[in-house]
Amino acid sequence: MDAIDRQIIQATQAGLPLIAEPYQAVAEQLGISADEVMQRMTAMQNSGVIRRIGAVPNHYKIGYRYNGMTVWDVDDALIDELGAQVAALPFVSHCYHRPRHLPDWRYNLFAMVHGKTEDAAEQQVAIIAELLGAHARDHQVLYSSKILKKTGLRIAG
Amino acid sequence: MDQLDKRIINYLQQGFPICVSPYRQVAETLGIEQAELLTRLEKLLADGVLSRFGPIFHAEQMGGALTLAAIKVPEQRFDEVTDIVNAFPEVAHNYARNHALNMWFVLATEHREQVASVIANIEQQTGLRVYNMPKISEYYVGLQLEA
Repeated sequence: MDAIDRQIIQATQAGLPLIAEPYQAVAEQLGISADEVMQRMTAMQNSGVIRRIGAVPNHYKIGYRYNGMTVWDVDDALIDELGAQVAALPFVSHCYHRPRHLPDWRYNLFAMVHGKTEDAAEQQVAIIAELLGAHARDHQVLYSSKILKKTGLRIAG
Repeated sequence: MDQLDKRIINYLQQGFPICVSPYRQVAETLGIEQAELLTRLEKLLADGVLSRFGPIFHAEQMGGALTLAAIKVPEQRFDEVTDIVNAFPEVAHNYARNHALNMWFVLATEHREQVASVIANIEQQTGLRVYNMPKISEYYVGLQLEA
């Protein structure tokens, strides 16, 4: 990633222009050619700097009102195996091993679930609970009550 | 939001072409006019149905860092602390959650060493402890939610 890639990130991080030739508009802003913008964005997509180009919906506004961060206390020695199993469930959108903060926070396995109804979300939690069985020493579901911010990454100018 | 809006949202969660006229290409695939696609995208963004439309950058692949962090915010200070936390450009997402740890936010930084300084600054400005929970392992990221 060089200075021009960084300028492309700055020019597009708030969004892609909603006009017929958006990459041309970015190119004009930066004083380079549209071909160069497209080549560099393709390269950034291939290297993973751009995860994807596309739409990021507000979960609530597309009907998913019950967005739960499920957190589980499992044995550190088993977490990679259990985490892979939970991640393979079709409804889990993110799944991570994160550090505990004892004594306040004992949970080390995080899995996000999303339901249009409370029942749908609770059923997903129950499936994870059943999968983990006695390996889950404790768990909680932290539903989001409000999106306070959702801008994505911003690099400084 | 009608059926066409849902088709647009679902289709555009999967990706977007890099070519001279990408909206025209998507519109043709969806069987609509480019002007209609652009008008609807403008409205979906204005209404907040879409938080963003564009490239989604991966901080770690840029040489930066991502972390999840939480704060126990006293209820009477919630709005004030929200303003402090959200003012940091490194705060990419922030959610209120139903727990004693009631504020959960994602930091995305361009450089790895920024995470510690942003957390220290948030602690200093709020007077509250920030629980930092950087991932140890990632098992899965990526489910798209059907509109």
